[in-house]
Amino acid sequence: MKDFIIPDRDFGTPAAKSKQMVTLTIDGFDITVPEGTSIMRAAAEIGISVPKLCATDSIDAFGSCRLCLVEIEGRNGTPASCTTPVAPGLKVHTQNAKLKQLRRGVMELYISDHPLDCLTCSANGDCELQDMAGAVGLRDVRYEAIDTHFKAKDTSGIANPNYIPRDDSNPYFSYDPQKCIVCSRCVRACEEVQGTFALTIEGRGFDSRVSFGAKTDTALSSDCVSCGACVQACPTATLQEKSIIEIGTPERSVITTCAYCGVGCSFKAEMRGDELVRMVPYKHGKANRGHSCVKGRFAYGYASHKDRILNPMIRDSINDPWQEVSWDEAMDFTANRMKGIIEKHGRHSVGVITSSRCTNEEAYLVQKLTRAVFMNNNTDTCARVCHSPTGYGLGQTLGTSAGTQDFDSVEETDVVIVIGANPVSGHPVFASRLKKRLRQGAKLIVIDPRRTEMVEAPHVKAEHHLALTPGTNVAIVTALAHVIVTEGLFDAQFIQDRCDWDEFQDYAEFVSQPQNSPESVALLTGVPAAEVRAAARLFAKGGNGSIYYGLGVTEHSQGSTTVIGIANLAMMTGNIGRPGVGVNPLRGQNNVQGSCDMGSFPHELPGYRHVKGEGVRDIFEKAWGVKIDDEPGLRIPNMLDAAVEGTFKGLYCQGEDILQSDPDTKHVAAGLAAMECVIVHDLFLNETANYAHVFLPGSTFLEKDGTFTNAERRINRVRKVMAPRNGYADWEITQMLANAMGAAWSYTHPTQIMDEIAMTTPSFAGVNYEKLETMGSIQWPCNDAAPEGTPLMHVEAFVRGKGKFINTEYVATDEKTGPRFPLLLTTGRILSQYNVGAQTRRTGNVAWHAEDVLEIHPHDAEVRGVKDGDFVRLASRSGDTTLRATITDKVNPGVVYTTFHHPDTQANVITTDFSDWATNCPEYKVTAVQVSPSNGPSEWQEEYNAQAAMSRRIAAAE
Amino acid sequence: MSLNDTHAGPHAKLIYMANQIAKFMESKPHAEGLTLLASHINDFWEPRMRRHLFEVLDAGGTGLRPLVLEAAATIKRPAIAA
Ligand code: SF4
Ligand code: SF4
Ligand code: SF4
Ligand code: FES
Repeated sequence: MKDFIIPDRDFGTPAAKSKQMVTLTIDGFDITVPEGTSIMRAAAEIGISVPKLCATDSIDAFGSCRLCLVEIEGRNGTPASCTTPVAPGLKVHTQNAKLKQLRRGVMELYISDHPLDCLTCSANGDCELQDMAGAVGLRDVRYEAIDTHFKAKDTSGIANPNYIPRDDSNPYFSYDPQKCIVCSRCVRACEEVQGTFALTIEGRGFDSRVSFGAKTDTALSSDCVSCGACVQACPTATLQEKSIIEIGTPERSVITTCAYCGVGCSFKAEMRGDELVRMVPYKHGKANRGHSCVKGRFAYGYASHKDRILNPMIRDSINDPWQEVSWDEAMDFTANRMKGIIEKHGRHSVGVITSSRCTNEEAYLVQKLTRAVFMNNNTDTCARVCHSPTGYGLGQTLGTSAGTQDFDSVEETDVVIVIGANPVSGHPVFASRLKKRLRQGAKLIVIDPRRTEMVEAPHVKAEHHLALTPGTNVAIVTALAHVIVTEGLFDAQFIQDRCDWDEFQDYAEFVSQPQNSPESVALLTGVPAAEVRAAARLFAKGGNGSIYYGLGVTEHSQGSTTVIGIANLAMMTGNIGRPGVGVNPLRGQNNVQGSCDMGSFPHELPGYRHVKGEGVRDIFEKAWGVKIDDEPGLRIPNMLDAAVEGTFKGLYCQGEDILQSDPDTKHVAAGLAAMECVIVHDLFLNETANYAHVFLPGSTFLEKDGTFTNAERRINRVRKVMAPRNGYADWEITQMLANAMGAAWSYTHPTQIMDEIAMTTPSFAGVNYEKLETMGSIQWPCNDAAPEGTPLMHVEAFVRGKGKFINTEYVATDEKTGPRFPLLLTTGRILSQYNVGAQTRRTGNVAWHAEDVLEIHPHDAEVRGVKDGDFVRLASRSGDTTLRATITDKVNPGVVYTTFHHPDTQANVITTDFSDWATNCPEYKVTAVQVSPSNGPSEWQEEYNAQAAMSRRIAAAE
Repeated sequence: MSLNDTHAGPHAKLIYMANQIAKFMESKPHAEGLTLLASHINDFWEPRMRRHLFEVLDAGGTGLRPLVLEAAATIKRPAIAA
């Protein structure tokens, strides 16, 4: 649908990138544009909108509607302005008697096969066909079509074979073929912007129709991933958001940032009053460039879901039902309990968990609460369970834990390694941008135990898929380095200039050892040596090489070591410090980057500065007027250990569900049960809340101001579009709690919190809300040296000075298969659900993923007598659960795979407590398991559900 | 075995973790590995964890890898409970 709220103009065709400029005249005005620009776009730049239907600036011009005709002096005929490029000295006329007549003729044809029910049409006021009829001055339609697509029956009551009824199968948008003008904008959006190729035009001429693949396919059963790009591109009501059909058109819009994944897409939240009508990806958003996925665009219904808790609740014991209370009572109760614990067990007996879903300002306040009010460093965040090894590994080698590039960089890459990540599911908009580059010819190497959607997609095929055994990342990465070193493929100049040459020599010697060769490790990794060698050669010599990685790298016993190995690979091939290269962690949740930046880790104050540093403590001691503890605090797993041991008693957990997201559920439950005051601050009664004494209802990203920082270090604004339904934004709630504990905080707006962050943290020194307002977004570091922020890191020199090569010895995980547990389980995520699913399970997205399933290879299934769709028992050393099996060769024999979006599955009952050696990031990605047929829920699932049901009771108000 | 099992003893997990760090440091030149092992534990282990580690070390260090034993002198002994 076209933009009509913010004058976010459609230039008709994409911008040309040429540096060569061309000057021409349009309707008597001179205009200079880059070579390759269309005449339509050049005209639009001087404010002349040539009528158009099949062109829009998110996709390449196609030239099918013939409405955009122009005349060019000295040329014959009337070329289409969308497909005709500019040339020096052209004299173009966009409006004259001949053109007017031609355009009217075109419109008459369209309208004769279009129902004239504009007043009741869902696109009324938001339809380009309507607009164009007005623009060309269409006043009457001179002939009545005999054959149409929109009349269900002819006058004699016989069904019209051309009429296709509306397809409402997708939960978020409908497809109503009677309104289709076959402009193919949707088809091209699906191909070019999204890269899914779900839509085609079937038939020719009058018979041509838009189709979701095979004849029998509905929108829901097709390959469509519901990204909505086609809906946005459609000029008519044919592809239309159901929310528009239901509510009507919006009247204003607010720019904000998606609260789901680390891509951090910018959106226009389009509103009518305080009702959210739809989310439209923002064209000027630098992370997403006008694209989005199903989650950000459509899955916001959780904000108004009936399960949302809107009043604070307390209870003495977790066996009692909840009591709804006022905010004051809740704060009194909580502060008294926490104070009591501190008095009795000391200031180290309590702590906090910050949220990677909340804003930077909120994470900052939560860690400040523990450091300045509880007076300890017991703060951690869910990044512990995902990207803490990135912090350690990149910090050691390059000097900062941040990703080195912006997302635009992918447009200049030539060879991409994607390791332990499935961007198609986890970071969909990045995946679309990557696939676009791959279709232009860049090469792809996938390192993943599973044949992910990245390995083979329409018009995209990985050059090499190294399908390694889970747990052998270090061996593979070191083997790649072995080939690069022993075959002399490294970039000696770069290493000499930018890294420590002696350390490289050591490293070269280490990787050259025969036990690190692809041939030697093939037995461990299961990857043929020739594949590894070919991949290494391609990466080293294929042009700009970039590496993107995800949780499949970090969530291992040797997660930090793999990250180090990845940085080594980039450095030795000279692939750091310019567009198209780099080391890029794909962050899971929207604000993982930000929550880490904000000092959520127990050993670091904001800006990644260790608490042992006197100078750093001094800054915060002055700013906060307190003494800062100089010892590192407890990490999440350590908190739970200490709780079981009896020395950790109180926890404030904002926006995280550790009982569901953390490994070894039974241990987490035991730790939580041993505490005396668990405060859960969330939207819903999540699983952790089963063990909570206080529930503080949270606010959604639509209900507060703040900032999120995405995986490219980009600080984006989150803007309040409606009042918090629970009464307060989350930062206000943390402030109330701090003040109830005796602090005297007096923030009245998050902008003041950002100012405090800028004042105390050098990499944020130049960040403030005014600048964000004018620049749209800023990539940190942003300070006097880089007042506009930093798109690329390590351009001249590494942040740490010289790049550091560190040996990456492979140490097999102790999680080994054996006769009892012969299979390896690895875990992941899928597109339509997010993290523990608390939000997405409460939206229409359940249409795609109603339950977690276990992927198992046909061979492994057969020997166990498991059939597709059967319930199976999945057991490990830690516990067992049941779920349905699906039989697929996406996984190798010996490997099984599942997601962890649904609490009923309790996949983390299975995972063990092994963790990364450096950071304690849990080893989610490798668990030895056995699979056997089953006929129902495990004992633990039943016990758990019974406990959960008891615990979720809310006492009826008297 | 799960390291969280109570019958594995309260120290089993810490011994395991210390040894995990040692295994990484063992691939470095000896002196460097030794320094880095100690500073890693000093930087990332909360005093309670170090206290438990010293309980093991003071009792003879059974189960710890040699590099951990050797680094013990430079691991910071936490102050008595605050
Ligand atoms: S919603 Fe996205 S994937 Fe589905 S048809 Fe439209 S563009 Fe293609
Ligand atoms: S569905 Fe919309 S975008 Fe697609 S061809 Fe029809 S009118 Fe054009
Ligand atoms: S979930 Fe990620 S990719 Fe999808 S819209 Fe949100 S930020 Fe963009
Ligand atoms: S807009 Fe140019 S041909 Fe349709």
